[in-house]
Amino acid sequence: MGPTLDFLTLLPYVSELVKGLTTTVVLTVVTTLTGLGLAVAVAYLRVNGQPWMRWGLGGYVEVTRNTPFIVQLFFIFFGLPGLGIKIDAITAAFIAMTLNLAAYSAEILRAGISATAKGQLEAARALGMSTLQSYRHVVLVPAFARVYPSLISQAIIVMLGSAVVSQISVFDLTYAANFIQSRNFRSFEVYLLITLVYLLLAFGMRRAFMLVGKRVFAYQQGEQR
Amino acid sequence: MIEFTLWDIVRNLLLAARWTVVLSLIAFVGGATVGLVLTFMRLSSRRWLQRFTSLYVDLFQGTPLLMQLFLIFFGAAAMGHPISAWWAASIALTLFTSAFLCDIWRGCLEAVAKGQWHAARVLGMNYFQTMRHVILPQALQLSIPPTVGFSVQVIKGTALASIIGFVELTKAGTMLNNATFEPFTIFTLVALFYFALCYPLSCYARHLEKKLYEAGLR
Repeated sequence: MGPTLDFLTLLPYVSELVKGLTTTVVLTVVTTLTGLGLAVAVAYLRVNGQPWMRWGLGGYVEVTRNTPFIVQLFFIFFGLPGLGIKIDAITAAFIAMTLNLAAYSAEILRAGISATAKGQLEAARALGMSTLQSYRHVVLVPAFARVYPSLISQAIIVMLGSAVVSQISVFDLTYAANFIQSRNFRSFEVYLLITLVYLLLAFGMRRAFMLVGKRVFAYQQGEQR
Repeated sequence: MIEFTLWDIVRNLLLAARWTVVLSLIAFVGGATVGLVLTFMRLSSRRWLQRFTSLYVDLFQGTPLLMQLFLIFFGAAAMGHPISAWWAASIALTLFTSAFLCDIWRGCLEAVAKGQWHAARVLGMNYFQTMRHVILPQALQLSIPPTVGFSVQVIKGTALASIIGFVELTKAGTMLNNATFEPFTIFTLVALFYFALCYPLSCYARHLEKKLYEAGLR
């Protein structure tokens, strides 16, 4: 094969590309929400929970941060059925991505939470706010605003890392690429196109997050700089 | 059929872990070298060099490592020069590492207060003297914790080389699983091996970070 590029050979596979793109986008949107939600709970309990809880969650965070995502995915998809827990591929991908994002984000959030001055929480309590109210308004939301840029980057890293779910036959973008190149033997063109799509997704995700952040944390802007 | 004892599995994984370590070292040393060049290109006053390096960093940080690996592995073949999984993995991980290290190091150099540049220049030091005696020693100190921390990402990144057929820890795990049908044991062990490699580095990075913090540098 000569070093010529031929992108026209990709045309008959538009529906596969769309299917793959949809899966990647849906997986990303859902796991970003569940992952960040779980991260809030983990971060809260790692700071305020019982000692055994703190210890257990610390273990979860460290194990997740110090093993490759692909191994976590294989463990959930191939390993757990060994214990009699059967999970289909897309659910395994969803669980692995959520747990992965939550572990990193909880650690990021914890840094944001511990940056809250003690006096602020006491002041909120003195003003008559309930524990939950003061925690939400004084600790959590400002902490979120403080570490928001790091959370964006982390969510994007998980989205890019999701390329690996193709290995357990989830029909995502990468799976579509593998599928197409196995039919038309134009691996380089296919992967180049898919890489570009990921790049646009990462760019779009950052944009979307920034827009949301501008809205949600609008009243914090002056204070945060 | 050959029976695999637990020891057989552990032994095979240990042997494969060597290649994870070797590939990580290649990627880290190669990535640090290229990353250093990129960092200085980024600092250059030439606009096109700055633009090239930031594009480079954005491209590698904005695309999946798996795609970078595929593009190099299949791209070389498409250009008529097929390369082995060893070469593809080494090249892809080196480039990936260099982009991240360049970004980390640039941040460290920029973290040294601007006033120090001005002060050194006012004292009559030229660009290289300022760099060597004022900026670099401080930036170096700042850069060590995040660099050690990133080495964990490099080790984890090598797991993707298994997908193009490079036999390291993860690939050995899937191969052993195909032979023994004990996925739970095997993937637990594989995870433990990675943990044993990465956790000490994570702890060391955190320790260094804390020391910097206590020294008032962060």
